[in-house]
Amino acid sequence: MSHYESPIREPLIQGDNITYTKITDDIVATTEKAPPLSWWIGFIISATFAGIGVVAILWTIWQGIGTWGLNKTVNWAWDITNFVWWVGIGHAGTLISAVLLLFRQKWRTGINRAAEAMTIFAVICAGLFPLIHMGRLWMGFFIFPYPNTRGPLWVNFNSPLLWDVFAISTYLTVSLLFWYSGLMPDFATIRDRAKGKVRKFIYNALSFGWTGTAKQWQRFESLSLILAGLATPLVLSVHTIVSFDFATSVIPGWHTTIFPPYFVAGAIFSGFAMVETLMIITRKVLKLENYITVGHIESMNKIIVLTGSIVGVAYITELVIAWYSGYLYEQYAFANRATGEYWWAYAIMMTCNVITPQLYWIKKFRRNIALTFVLSIFVNIGMWFERFVIIVTSLHNDFLPSSWLYFLPTWVDVAIYLGTLGIFMTLFLLFARAFPVIAIAEVKSIFSISSAQARKHQLEENKKFEKDYKESIGAEYAKDDVFDTNY
Amino acid sequence: MASNKYIVGLFDHEDKLIGAIRKCKKENVEITDTLTPFPVHGLEDELGYQDTRLHTAGFMFGITGTFVALSVMTFIMTTNYPINFGGKPNFALPSFIPITFELTVLFAAVGMVMVYCIRNGLFPGAVPRILDERITDDRFALSFEVDDSTSKEDISKVVNLLKEAGAVEVSSKEFNDDTEIFEVETSEVESLL
Repeated sequence: MSHYESPIREPLIQGDNITYTKITDDIVATTEKAPPLSWWIGFIISATFAGIGVVAILWTIWQGIGTWGLNKTVNWAWDITNFVWWVGIGHAGTLISAVLLLFRQKWRTGINRAAEAMTIFAVICAGLFPLIHMGRLWMGFFIFPYPNTRGPLWVNFNSPLLWDVFAISTYLTVSLLFWYSGLMPDFATIRDRAKGKVRKFIYNALSFGWTGTAKQWQRFESLSLILAGLATPLVLSVHTIVSFDFATSVIPGWHTTIFPPYFVAGAIFSGFAMVETLMIITRKVLKLENYITVGHIESMNKIIVLTGSIVGVAYITELVIAWYSGYLYEQYAFANRATGEYWWAYAIMMTCNVITPQLYWIKKFRRNIALTFVLSIFVNIGMWFERFVIIVTSLHNDFLPSSWLYFLPTWVDVAIYLGTLGIFMTLFLLFARAFPVIAIAEVKSIFSISSAQARKHQLEENKKFEKDYKESIGAEYAKDDVFDTNY
Repeated sequence: MASNKYIVGLFDHEDKLIGAIRKCKKENVEITDTLTPFPVHGLEDELGYQDTRLHTAGFMFGITGTFVALSVMTFIMTTNYPINFGGKPNFALPSFIPITFELTVLFAAVGMVMVYCIRNGLFPGAVPRILDERITDDRFALSFEVDDSTSKEDISKVVNLLKEAGAVEVSSKEFNDDTEIFEVETSEVESLL
């Protein structure tokens, strides 16, 4: 046993007859059995949406950006909203695996694998939007600095849009490496259980020939720790840089110094909400309730109430500072945001992001799975509208009242957005089918200290100690509350 | 050339494995490999392993990234392709910081993972010697390489040590280079004696 953990701490692995083999069986079983009907239904729906999205993307490329609802002032709308929304969702995975690793939060082991997968899929969806907004997708490589024959003609290193290219691609690469280095040992577990030769061959290739020697594990731990140390500032930098896309411009409503922390908090907020949405379904469908416990959900809800409140403070700070600035255009931008034509979007944002998550101050609500599921979807809706509000309300009434217009999306805008949701869910379902959804090795490593069985054992030891003590001193002298073991 | 034959002791709990390692150390028996299904904390200290130098490699890669980013951006913006942005300085260090940071992280992460894979012999298609299929599930293994020159006393010493330390299974494993990649022949350890 590596360290002592208080018996009143909630066990992270529930269930009475868990063994190492049972952990392997429970998690690997999902990749070995034929998928349940619910998986197929989900897959067909997701793939259909993905298909619609692909059609809309092809239509955009064929016809041009004119197929979108953009107009004279709103030259950036659903595409950038969706981009920021997806990048934000992509923040929870690395936060769970990196930041919580550095803080030694053991509850991350149950959810980190799926959250990291979610991160990668979300960043892929995010990356699609700048690509298709380029119009001529095949010129996409122009955004990278490379020695070329046109000049020399280089990209502008002073531009936040270029910083974004570096931030997002670094983030995707590092998340992928982090995720995959953790997957290797678990692929080896699947390989060693595999019956068929083909299956064994595939999972061996995926595991890179992992065997699990002490030296491998030593390097593994070192690698995880340093990648976590690198990914922690990285995850904060990515959304900071995304916020620079707006903050370094001179548009009233965008040009605010509060953006970086405000965007980062919002990203973590929406990311955790998406993790909850997916995990609540996954634990139920794949029967993983023993590993993704109500305790895990409660921990995530605590982060949601914290980050939701930070976002709420940021909204109010923005309004107050706009008023305090004494700058007419800034004041108008915020008054228009809250009470103008898009007041309904602002109201949805405020309700879903600031008001409803406050329910989580009450423990009963934090531990209520049905409520958490509903609120997690609320948060995602709210965070989508946050980006929509920031982007569209700041643009639609510009400096020239004659060009003021009300932005409405076209079917192509909507279809591309739904399409990315479909692509995201399709990828996630494929992941849940073929990959270990929970980090098997990491869950095993907390088994002997944080499982329900370990707790039971600790309590028995305590009772024995109590009995011995009472016998030695005499029951009438022993102070009862010292041995309150009925936690 | 490494031998193809191993004595393998399997344990069902990490604490028993550590007990066995301590016993090996006391009785001067050299352990070839220790295999576990998950990282057991403190195992490398028990085995007397040196600290890994992976973090040093990570630092070197990271500092390379910093240097590359800063020098390339400076060269491009000041010498190769200087643009006049309203008279602002071409060497705009503050706006080089985000990309410098990103490339530092990128170089460190990619480089470190490459070193990690090379040092651990991990690559797609690697053919590992799997001593027992339960090692990635719930068994903790100690392996001892044996060849024809190993004396019977030594073998029986190892076998007795493993049994005393609470091994649930002690067997001899032999890899045959000619057969299927994952095939290993398991036999009663007594056959070696």
